[in-house]
Amino acid sequence: MQFNRLALLSVVGLLSSTGWALAQGQTLTIATVNNADMIIMQRLSPKWEQATGNKLNWVVLEENVLRQRATTDIATKGGQFDIITIGSYEAPIWGKQNWLVPLDDLGNDYDYADIIPSVKNGLSYNGKLYAVPFYAESSFTFYRKDLFDQAGIKMPDKPTYDQIAEYAAKLTDKSKEQYGFCQRGKPGWGENMAFIGPMVNAFGGRWFNEKWEPQLTTEPWKNAVTYYVKNMNAYGPPGATANGHNENRALFATGHCALWVDATSAAGYIYNPKESQVADKTAFAPAPVEVTSNGSGWFWAWALAIPTSSKKVDAAKSFVKWATSKDYITLVGNEVGWVSAPPGTRKSTYDNPEYVKAAPFAKVVYESVANADITKPTKDPVPYIGIQYVAIPEFQGIGTAVGQQIAAALAGQVSVEQALETAQRSTERTMKQAGYPK
Amino acid sequence: MHPKTREKLIATVVGWLAAGVIFFPIFWMILTSFKTEVEAIATPPKLFFTPTLENYVTVRERADYVHFALNSVLISVGATLLATLIAIPASYAMAFFPGKRTKDLLLWMLSTKMMPAVGVLIPIYLLFRDSGAIDTRWGLILVYTLMNLPIVVWMLYTFFKEVPKDILEAGRMDGAKPKQEVWMLLMPLSLPGIASTALLSIILCWNEAFWSLNLTTSQAAPLTTFIASFSAPEGLFWAKLSAASTIAIAPILVFGWMSQRQLVRGLTFGAVK
Repeated sequence: MQFNRLALLSVVGLLSSTGWALAQGQTLTIATVNNADMIIMQRLSPKWEQATGNKLNWVVLEENVLRQRATTDIATKGGQFDIITIGSYEAPIWGKQNWLVPLDDLGNDYDYADIIPSVKNGLSYNGKLYAVPFYAESSFTFYRKDLFDQAGIKMPDKPTYDQIAEYAAKLTDKSKEQYGFCQRGKPGWGENMAFIGPMVNAFGGRWFNEKWEPQLTTEPWKNAVTYYVKNMNAYGPPGATANGHNENRALFATGHCALWVDATSAAGYIYNPKESQVADKTAFAPAPVEVTSNGSGWFWAWALAIPTSSKKVDAAKSFVKWATSKDYITLVGNEVGWVSAPPGTRKSTYDNPEYVKAAPFAKVVYESVANADITKPTKDPVPYIGIQYVAIPEFQGIGTAVGQQIAAALAGQVSVEQALETAQRSTERTMKQAGYPK
Repeated sequence: MHPKTREKLIATVVGWLAAGVIFFPIFWMILTSFKTEVEAIATPPKLFFTPTLENYVTVRERADYVHFALNSVLISVGATLLATLIAIPASYAMAFFPGKRTKDLLLWMLSTKMMPAVGVLIPIYLLFRDSGAIDTRWGLILVYTLMNLPIVVWMLYTFFKEVPKDILEAGRMDGAKPKQEVWMLLMPLSLPGIASTALLSIILCWNEAFWSLNLTTSQAAPLTTFIASFSAPEGLFWAKLSAASTIAIAPILVFGWMSQRQLVRGLTFGAVK
């Protein structure tokens, strides 16, 4: 009898110790994209694993595959992922659906006040933060200072699109494969439309009026897209409809471009002499403006979020807190180099003299990100948030369809007017099917 | 030139041209895997360059290739075995004891292949979620078996039709039961056909990306998900992606080469009588 009791006690003891061990050492599945900053996070994460006794299973996927995979799992409450990497486009939409765990309670030591307000806004819905920023970006103008000096041009503090066209004309020399206007042409809501969206905003346009009616055939859209097609054909690289962010980045880094308006996050790469031939010849200016400066530079953040279907929320919170903290940024600075520190998320990064020294573009990046107000993206009022996107689920389809029409206009298959009329009709149809105005 | 010689020459040239066109993307991918990222996207494309193994080193560092490759082997072979096991009796019945609706049944089976996979993603995902099959090898084996079953049945049906009925009847006269008939007569007689069907099924499973990307995360993820992890929205990745793809297709390519005699014999089985 005594033996039995002893045996029972041992079993209970063993079970409780196992339970404790499980609580201490959980395995989390994290889904992410294959960006340089994420690869650094993956490389440094054993430090968090050692400190907490937890383990991470990494699932690295292409951006669109990740979006589809994560949406399927979250919508069906599959519970496959404990942490997912999402963009500022998804954060408010998924937050509204209650698909994500609110992340307002990571503790005082997390220093929420240090997060740049525009970034925090971009990842919130109804005042609740649904994803914590890993890195954030806006867009600005990369230009070749050496070519500007040779041509006797001085870049203004706030260039306009008209000025950019004028400089592009002067700096294009096709015999040397040097192009003055290298912009995205590959169709897609996150490709050519990421450039065209903010440009339309700068020309005074908007995607929808306050009644959710598409505005694609209005004057600002016509002016902006005509400007884009004209200058891309005259001063852009050949085969521009195949060029997205990566292709233009390579063209600029190999000295083929004089002007490029794109993601501020590419600055670290362009400034790195190991990867870029123009590291010491490049300077930066804000994204061009035209009739307004509202929404002229885009806003994007890659952030970490926890699906409500996760069963390991506490451990997941511990990781997202670690990976987006000030300490993590310092860790990257010390271990990998300050130029590789995740940009655009915390004010303290830009107060750090070591970072500012390593990243001469820091001030312009900070201002671009801080000024990118997703709640006031256009000259005229709009019912949506988002600068280069509209934060509604239907936008992925709409943005890509419009992007394809504009790419067709760029390739000369249709006129700008025809492209915009077709885009307007397809957008009207999609919005009607989705039941707008809501 | 003798007309026959000329015909032969033309056929050879056309054959080589077709082979060249088919193999070119694979050749280019292998070539790209030895370039630097900047060389990989250079315009005009570079044919001559100093090769580097840097991409292979990075790929090896970033992901556990052996884990993904083992999953690919187990899942492809498992699904093929299961599909063949189900398809042999099914095709036997349809080839030798056809009913009124056998042809319709065959056509219906094939028609399931015409539906886009994404159309049934959510129902399958829910079934997988409820049965705990997400990210398991057996789950993927099941899906691949169902995916390839129509093709395997069709191919085996065609091969079995080539076997003279009289041989099976003679066996039956000698007292062979259906199981013995299939095992001792039909299978040895149509072995090249069965082998080529199995090979094709393995190749189809190996290259399948939609279900493997959507139904696995880490434990059961095969090489297709390994490849997918090297594509990037920001930054250059073509050389690394090519290196990952090269080592992902290498085993199946070698396997295909080694068994090509069998494959061709099987595919032309019964073609000339």
